[in-house]
Amino acid sequence: MSPVATQTPEQHGAQAHSDGGWDSNAPGYVPVQTRDARFTSVNHDDFPEVRGIENDWKLTPVARVRPLIDGQLDGSPYAYLVNEATGASVDWIDRTDARVGLAGIPEDRGSANAWTSFERALAITVTSEDHVDLVLSRSQLGDEPRAAHTIITAKANSNSTVIIRSSGDAQLAENVEIVVESGATLTVVSVQEWSDPSTQLASHFVQVGKDAHLRHIVVTLGGSVVRLNPSVHLSGEGAQGELFGLYFADAGQHFEQRVYLHHEAANTIGRVNYKGALQGVGAHTVWVGDVLIGPKASGTDSYEQNRNLVLSEGTRADSIPNLEIETGDILGAGHASATGRFDDEQLFYLQARGITEAEARRLVVIGFLAEIVQKIGNPELESHLHAAIEAELSGGAQ
Amino acid sequence: MSVLEIKDLHVTVETDQGTKEILKGVDLTIAQGEIHAIMGPNGSGKSTLAYSIAGHPKYHVESGSVLLDGAEVLEMSVDERARAGIFLAMQYPVEIPGVRMADFLRTAKTALDGEAPALRPWIKEVNEAMKSLRMDKTFSERNVNEGFSGGEKKRHEILQLELLKPRFAILDETDSGLDVDALKIVSEGVIRAKETNDLGILLITHYTRILRYIKPDFVHVFVDGRVAEEGGPELAERLENEGYDRFLADASVA
Repeated sequence: MSPVATQTPEQHGAQAHSDGGWDSNAPGYVPVQTRDARFTSVNHDDFPEVRGIENDWKLTPVARVRPLIDGQLDGSPYAYLVNEATGASVDWIDRTDARVGLAGIPEDRGSANAWTSFERALAITVTSEDHVDLVLSRSQLGDEPRAAHTIITAKANSNSTVIIRSSGDAQLAENVEIVVESGATLTVVSVQEWSDPSTQLASHFVQVGKDAHLRHIVVTLGGSVVRLNPSVHLSGEGAQGELFGLYFADAGQHFEQRVYLHHEAANTIGRVNYKGALQGVGAHTVWVGDVLIGPKASGTDSYEQNRNLVLSEGTRADSIPNLEIETGDILGAGHASATGRFDDEQLFYLQARGITEAEARRLVVIGFLAEIVQKIGNPELESHLHAAIEAELSGGAQ
Repeated sequence: MSVLEIKDLHVTVETDQGTKEILKGVDLTIAQGEIHAIMGPNGSGKSTLAYSIAGHPKYHVESGSVLLDGAEVLEMSVDERARAGIFLAMQYPVEIPGVRMADFLRTAKTALDGEAPALRPWIKEVNEAMKSLRMDKTFSERNVNEGFSGGEKKRHEILQLELLKPRFAILDETDSGLDVDALKIVSEGVIRAKETNDLGILLITHYTRILRYIKPDFVHVFVDGRVAEEGGPELAERLENEGYDRFLADASVA
C-alpha cells in the first residue's frame, strides 16, 4: 500500500496570480472556465482598462499600441486596390448592415475600440463556384490611428482565395469578419508587410459552416507591433479549418498571434500550424494556440503546432498551446511546440552534398518558412514572399 | 587514379556515460574503381567510420589520418570534403521541409561544379536518372525526403550518387529496409555510377544480401572498432554461412 500523504506540498498555481483578476477568493468573482466564456462587447468602454499585466495582454508591449486601444480612431473609408474577379464583389456597406456582427464580437478593448469607431465596413463577397483569386491591397492608411472593419463572405458552395496585402505606414485597429457558408471553400491570406514604425491590432472572427472548408493564413513580415488574433468557430457539422501562419521578426519587432480554434459541431477537422523565425536583438514573437473541443463536437480531429527558428542571440519566442476537451468522443487532439536553433542534421545533410554552410542555413530557413508559403496557392504572392524572406535573411547579415 | 587512404583512425563520441572510443585504429585503402565491403555486427563502428570520413560534427577524430590523393580530408569542412569528391549515402536521410528536390539537386550540383548546370540538359539528366531508379517525375516537386518511404529515401540517395558524380562513395547500410525489388533497382544504380564515373565504393552492410548484386573486390570484417579480418569475395560467403559469432567470441575474450 502506498503511504497516505499527510501534508499537501505547496502546489504551483494554487495561489492567486500576481497579475490580478485571478483571485478566486474575491467575493463575487467567477473565473473564466473555458475559452468561449470570455466577456464580449462591441463597446470600448465596457472593457476594463488595459494595464498590461492581464493574462491577455501581458506579453504585448501595451505602451506602443496604447493609441489603438484607447485613442481616438479615424473610422472613415480608405483607398485600396483590387483586381477584377468574376463572381466576387467589394463594396463599402453601412455599419447598420445585417452582415455586421455575424461572425463574432470583440473580446478585448482594442478590438472594441475599432468596432466603436468604424464608419463603414468593407464587404468582400464571393459567389463564384469556379475558383477565383481576389487580391486586395492597402498601402495608404497613413500614420494617424485609424479603425477598419472588413467582412468576407464566401456564399454557399463558392470557391475562392481572398488575399489582403497590407503595406506602407499604418496605425490600425481592425476587425475582420469571415463567414464561410455551407459547402464553400475559402482561403484567406492576410499579409502584413507594414513599414518599420507601423502598429496594428487585428481580430479575425470566423464562422465555418456545414461541410465548408476554410484555410486561413497569416503572414507577418513588417511592422513595429503586429498583434493579430484569429478566432475560428467550426460551427457546422463536417467543417474544416486550417489555420496557418508565418512570421519573421527582426530586431525590436513584436509579432503576436493568439489563435483560437473552436470545434463547435460534430465531425470537424482542425489543423493549426504557425512557423516563425527570429533574428536580431529584441525580436519578440508570441503564439498562443487555444483549441476548444465543445460538448457537441464528437468525432473531432484536431492538431495544433508552433515552431520557431531562432537565428541570433537576444530574441524571445513565447509559444503557449492550450487544449480544452469537453467531450470524450473524439478522433484525436494533439499539440506540439518547439523553439530552437538550426537542426544540425539538416545542415550536415546539405553540406555533405557540397553546399556551403551559409547556403545550407539559407536553404533551411527558407524551407522552414516555405512550408507555409506553399499552402497559399497563388504563385505571384508565393514568389513575392520567397523574395521577401530572402531579403529578411540578408538584412540580418548586415 | 585517385586513392582514399584511412590510416590508424581513432574516433570518439560523447555519450551520457562519458567519452567513448568507437574506432580504435582503422587502416583501409580504397582505389578508384574498387568496391570494398565493410561488414560487421551492430555496434562495431561501421557507421561511425562513414560519418567520420564525411565529417559529421558528432564524431571526434582523436588521431589518425584520412588522405584523398595525399590531401588531408580531416582538415576539410563537410562541404569541402564533398567538393573534393567524397559522397556519403546515408542510412537515415533527414527530411528538409520546404526545400524542393529539384532546387536541392541543382543547388548541390552548382556547389560541386562551381557553376550552375545548363538548364535543359540538366533537367533531362535528372529525369533520366529518376526513370532508371523507377522514381516518379513528381518527386522533383516534393520536399527533400519529406514523407518519403524508407525505400524512396534510399533511391533518392542513389539518385544523388548518379547525378553528383563523386570519386568515392560511402554507402551506409543502403540495403537496410529494402525489399528485393528495391534492392535490385538501387544496386543497379550503384553499378551504373561506378561504371560511368570509375567510382571507388565503401559499401557498409550488416548482411551479405546486397553483395549478390554488388560484387565486392575486397571484404573487411569490422569488429569492435577495427578491421578484424580481410579477404576477397569468398570471405562474404563464409560470413553468410557462419555469421559473426567467431569474431564476437574473439572480441569478448580480448
